Amino acid sequence: MDFDFNDEQKMLQKGARDFFEKECPKSLVKKMAEDEKGNPPELWQKMAQLGWLGLIYPEQYGGSGGNIIDLVALEEEMGRACLPGAFFSTVLLGGLFVLNAGSEEQKKDLLPKIANGKVVLTLALNELNPNYEAAAIEAEAKIEKDDYVISGTKLFVPDAHIADYIICIARTKKSTKSEDGITAFLVDRKSAGINITVLKTIAGDKLCEVAFDKVKVSKKNIVGKLDQAWVPLVKTLQQVTVARCAEMVGGAQKALEMAADHAKKRVQFDRPIGTFQAIQHIIANAMMDVDASRFLTYEAAWKFGEGLQCAKEIAMAKGWTSEAYQRVTAAGEQVLGGIGYTTDGDMQLYYKRAKAAELTLGDGRFQREALAKELGM
Amino acid sequence: MDFREYVIGEFDTEEQKKFRKEVGEWLDKNVTPELINGTNEVRVTAYIPGAQAFAKKLGEKGWLVPEWPKEYGGAGLPAGSRSIIAEEISTRVLFGPGFLGGLTGGVQGPTIMSAGTPEQKKEWLPKIAAGAQFALGYTEPNAGTDLASLGIRGVKDGSDYIINGSKMFSTGAHFARYHWLAVRTNPELPKHKGVSMIIGDLQAPGVTITQLTTIGGERTNEVFYDNVRVPQTNRIGPEGEGWSIIRMALTAERGDLGTFPWPKILVNDLIQYAKETKRNGKPLSEDPLVRQTLAQLATDVNVLRLYNYRVGWMVDKGLDVSWASSMVKIFESELSQKIANQGMNVMGLYGQLEPGSKYAQLKGNFELAYRAMVVRSFGGGSNLRLRNDIATRGMGLPREPALAIPVKK
Repeated sequence: MDFDFNDEQKMLQKGARDFFEKECPKSLVKKMAEDEKGNPPELWQKMAQLGWLGLIYPEQYGGSGGNIIDLVALEEEMGRACLPGAFFSTVLLGGLFVLNAGSEEQKKDLLPKIANGKVVLTLALNELNPNYEAAAIEAEAKIEKDDYVISGTKLFVPDAHIADYIICIARTKKSTKSEDGITAFLVDRKSAGINITVLKTIAGDKLCEVAFDKVKVSKKNIVGKLDQAWVPLVKTLQQVTVARCAEMVGGAQKALEMAADHAKKRVQFDRPIGTFQAIQHIIANAMMDVDASRFLTYEAAWKFGEGLQCAKEIAMAKGWTSEAYQRVTAAGEQVLGGIGYTTDGDMQLYYKRAKAAELTLGDGRFQREALAKELGM
Repeated sequence: MDFREYVIGEFDTEEQKKFRKEVGEWLDKNVTPELINGTNEVRVTAYIPGAQAFAKKLGEKGWLVPEWPKEYGGAGLPAGSRSIIAEEISTRVLFGPGFLGGLTGGVQGPTIMSAGTPEQKKEWLPKIAAGAQFALGYTEPNAGTDLASLGIRGVKDGSDYIINGSKMFSTGAHFARYHWLAVRTNPELPKHKGVSMIIGDLQAPGVTITQLTTIGGERTNEVFYDNVRVPQTNRIGPEGEGWSIIRMALTAERGDLGTFPWPKILVNDLIQYAKETKRNGKPLSEDPLVRQTLAQLATDVNVLRLYNYRVGWMVDKGLDVSWASSMVKIFESELSQKIANQGMNVMGLYGQLEPGSKYAQLKGNFELAYRAMVVRSFGGGSNLRLRNDIATRGMGLPREPALAIPVKK
């Protein structure tokens, strides 16, 4: 067993760490939480130039041909930096779906544009009953001559308000199996009938309500095949979940380091508070939480990359990491006390992100239920 | 990054394949049904019926310490032979980790090999190779986590030490022949510096062994030394250097630990049980709370597996694994108790039935584990103290200072 990145991945991590320390200071992160758009354009273009927006797309689609472990390495640094903006929505959610489901023409059209920083993309999946299940998809797409007409309300759609295109997951056919009859449509955000409201979130990321009121989409804009979006969507969500776990691991590691550093420096009762056993235990438990999150995530990523069955491992990784990141940041708040509570500090950024990340893509309870099914229960 | 599981034997050379086959054939003849059945219940390896006799047979083949030279009672076999034997045993019998060392001199052997004089190696190593059993003599009534406070005294008299004092929780002292004793030989020196490691004879005059019974069902002992004579030649390492010998022995013990098999077995058994057992008209496995509980336990078992592998990976890289091993130890001991606790809850009232009781579920293993796993939180190191070590050694937190005015005992 080898728990480490290879030399190239380590170089990528080091480069990313240095880059984000310079280009994504916490002042920018805090500014973006209040900013209406939330995707700093200069940072976006610089990441495009570094090849990071196309990191995991094959070279024939304008990408760098990286694999999921490369993505994990980069995502750890993004989590550490609290990177704001459209990487998750565009590169992962939207872009990976196009890679997994799209026609050759669609891949050749969209993926290079993403890699070059020319386009922002997102995917609208969740609705009023947001549980990542096919049965919850009620948004309808009805055929009218050469167009589909989409009606329904999508929620928690990241960066819809700045996206050039929204991939809308809608039901085109009613079937006994709810996974059957789901189609993905590439919709121009500026289409008539689309109404977007940005929601106010704890983590400052831009999640949107996207209301579709009889929005016309050409049937040419079906991403992939009619009625068959669910299978590539599941694969996409697997990759996105692994990436999100890696981002959480990076954030948790940083939160742990901040708590430990504070414990070493802060003096009360004439000694560093890190000499008190209660603090040592909090740190030890957080170390165990971070390491477990990391190893579960790495194993899930490795199995996915090898093309092996990995539903169990992904459920374990997201289930554990969701709750561990929350525990670590809550513990970090406890250790830092007042200075963790005020907004000029940084621990609060991780604390808020951890909670949002826990809820996104299936929390602990969701993942344990998924795992129970995989275990044959 | 690589998470491929090692397949037993996949890296064998031709020589090793042959040896593995030889070992397998011998084991198939010598592993008794009694031995296999005895491991179906959660208990200390040494107490499994037939285990001690089996260890003796292995000792006769030189297979307890196969890589030791023949002059010391080993089989003079090449590196890797011990692993092959351990692996082949593990596929046939569910012994706890460190079977090859735990029962016998797995701790004392490597220590004497490193620190013993040529005469001591000639005297002790063949005995260990043949299966001679040692009980550990570290802990005392007033020296547990604070082991350096140990007070049993060894005073020079002629060519002997005269030993007075007692040891506590000396498991195995009632059937072992030898006592691996940490003794205070120089009380005028600071705590850590006045200790020597002496091999005692548990059958010597003046030794009294008193039984203590644990809720886990295994016997442990208090051992009293009343003017017991031990030859000074039984001292391993220089006088006053006992603390470094203890550390050597603890490292050897840790190296033998490997994976404790029970968490995985118990969780798998519990999942199967939940699928097969109906309550209120439907399988337990359909109860959402049971599903959540079992899925979490299955995840925890995988976390333990990964923590374990990480230690092996660090050892291969030559890194200091003390805090990483402590992580394994803490997590495994607490998980074992959690499994027993939650398993009994899944069973409901049936959970309280002991092995052997009518209506006991899953051989009563969860009830037994609830009692027997308690010791794992402090045996081999208190989890409370180990967490301090993880934070200080693994994350650089400063150590807790000693009290300005120590409490007198």
